[in-house]
This record gives sequence, C-alpha cells and structure tokens, in this order.
Amino acid sequence: MKNENLYNYILGIADNSLILGQRMGELCGHGPSLETDIACTNISLDLFGQVRSYFQYASKIAGDGRSEDDIAMLRKEREYKNVLLVEQPNTDFAYTLGRQFLFDVYHLAFLKELQKSTDLTLSAIANKCVKEVSYHERFSSDWVKRLGDGTEESKQKMQDAINDLWAYTDELFHQTDADKVMVIEGIGVDVTKLKDSYYKEVSQVLEEATLQVPESKYFQKGGKQGIHTEHLGYLLNDLQYMQRTYPNMEW
Amino acid sequence: MSAKNWPLWEIFVRSKNGLEHRHCGSLHAADSDMALENARDVYTRRNEGVSIWVVESKHITASNPENNGELFEPAQDKVYRHPTFYDLPDEVKHM
Repeated sequence: MKNENLYNYILGIADNSLILGQRMGELCGHGPSLETDIACTNISLDLFGQVRSYFQYASKIAGDGRSEDDIAMLRKEREYKNVLLVEQPNTDFAYTLGRQFLFDVYHLAFLKELQKSTDLTLSAIANKCVKEVSYHERFSSDWVKRLGDGTEESKQKMQDAINDLWAYTDELFHQTDADKVMVIEGIGVDVTKLKDSYYKEVSQVLEEATLQVPESKYFQKGGKQGIHTEHLGYLLNDLQYMQRTYPNMEW
Repeated sequence: MSAKNWPLWEIFVRSKNGLEHRHCGSLHAADSDMALENARDVYTRRNEGVSIWVVESKHITASNPENNGELFEPAQDKVYRHPTFYDLPDEVKHM
C-alpha cells in the first residue's frame, strides 16, 4: 500500500472511537435511567458517525476494494489499534463514565490539534467531531464530579474506577512508527505534547470531585501495537457477529 | 441515589429563533444542570431545538379539571373574541 503510514494512522484514531462507541452502545436499554441510557447511546452514535468518516477515508487510501464496513468489521483482534483504555468493560456506571472522562479529555485535546492537520480530510473530520466531543467531555466530567462529590458509596465507586483505569492513561501519549512519520509530515498530532496538560486537566476535575489523583506510575500499554487486554476479543465477538455469520449482509 | 428519587422536570424547547418555547415533555434529574443535559439528549437529538428551559414540575400550579366548566366554557360562545373577522397577511406566520 502506497500510503501505509497514513492508513495506519487513521485506523489508530478511528479504532478508539469504534471500540468506545461499541462499549457505550452496550448500554442501549441497560442504562441506569432512561435519561442516562439515551445520553450514553447518543455518545455511542456520535462516535460511530466519526468512525464512518475515518473509515471511508481509510478505504479510499487502501484502494484495495475493502469498504468502510470491511475495515470496521472484518479485522482480527491483533489488527485493531485502539488504546487499552477504551476496551475496558462497563463494570459499573462509575467505570463507564470514568473511562469516558479519561478518554474525552484526551480526545478533545487531540481533535483540536488534528484540526490543524495539513491533510484536509482529517482536519475537516476533526472540525466536525470537536463539537460532539466537547459535549462528551462536559457530560462525563460532570458525572465524575457528581459521583465523586456525591454519597459515600458513589465516591468510593468513582475512586475505584479512576484508580483502576489510571494504568491505561499513559498509553494515550505513546507514538507508533506511523504516528512519528505523520507528525513529521505535518499530518499527525504529536501526542507526547498533550500529556502534561492532560494530567493537569484531569487532576483539576478529580480535585473538584473531591477525589484523589492516583499516584501510581505503573502503566499498561500495547493496544496501539495490537496487543490487547482479554476484554477486546469478547467485544469484537459481539461487534462482528453479524458480518461473520452472514457475510456481506446489509440492512 | 436512584432515578426514582430524582425530582421531575418539565422541559420546554424553542425549535427556532422567533418562536416561543414549547412544552415537549418531562424527565427526571437530580438538579437543573442535569435536567438541561438530559433534556438535550432526550428531546433535541434530532435537531429540534435552539434553546431549552427546564422547570421543576413542583413549581407548576395547574388548574383543576373539576373547575373546567366555570373556567373555560364561558369562552365557547364568544366567537367575536377570535380573530376570524379579518384576513391575516401571509407574512404573519405562527399566529
């Protein structure tokens, strides 16, 4: 493939939205209240909308006849490049919103930089996504504050979720080989530069939520290289079931 | 904190500038901020609105249906109160 780095770079961005979108979509009909149920599935739909734009572009770049659906549905686990954070399960509402919050703060900062990309398609997609993600970030950080500064039980659950998910935050700022090439070409975002402001912003919200900022320096990585936690396989099983069972089906 | 304990809010959405806010339904939320966010997700997800008002339902005083006779029937035979005796220009919309 001629533009392999660009192709891999797009997948790296899109897979985060795809996997997180699937996770939020799992709450359809299962949210803790009608209102939060709709809110979570709205976020899911926003993310899937973004994924379509990215994969349509990736499909054009690949130029080998694979459609956006093929790219989304027919890769194997090791070929997904999402960060480990977004594949973590909906253990409870605090985990769901904690995961969303830890990703949203990164996602928003990332998209604001991607708007400046010299690749006009990517900057156009980023322009469209940035408003959606601003709302996601507001929604999830509001909930972190509510649960953190809520009852004794909600505080404990929110703290547990943040403590557990913390190990997956550092990976957001790792660069793949494709990332590095894209940064040099002015197309990609240098994520290493987002790290300090990320932790500052996250810490601010956590403090407002009367939660402890975890001090652990032990971090997990591997998602960007396709080495995933045990959760991704099950998620893909759900996501890909229809296409695997009824190849080429449409509706 | 379960949704059962959250107070009920009445939601008013203005569909476009120049129109009034219309009541479109109700939902549960812990406070007015959450009510606004919930209203955004429940009632404006298909591009229905440009502005939202939320009012806690308990603050609404409603007329009693038992009093409908004395409240509303006297207006029924006063046709001259309706603006039906002159033509509205087409430019006047939303009357």
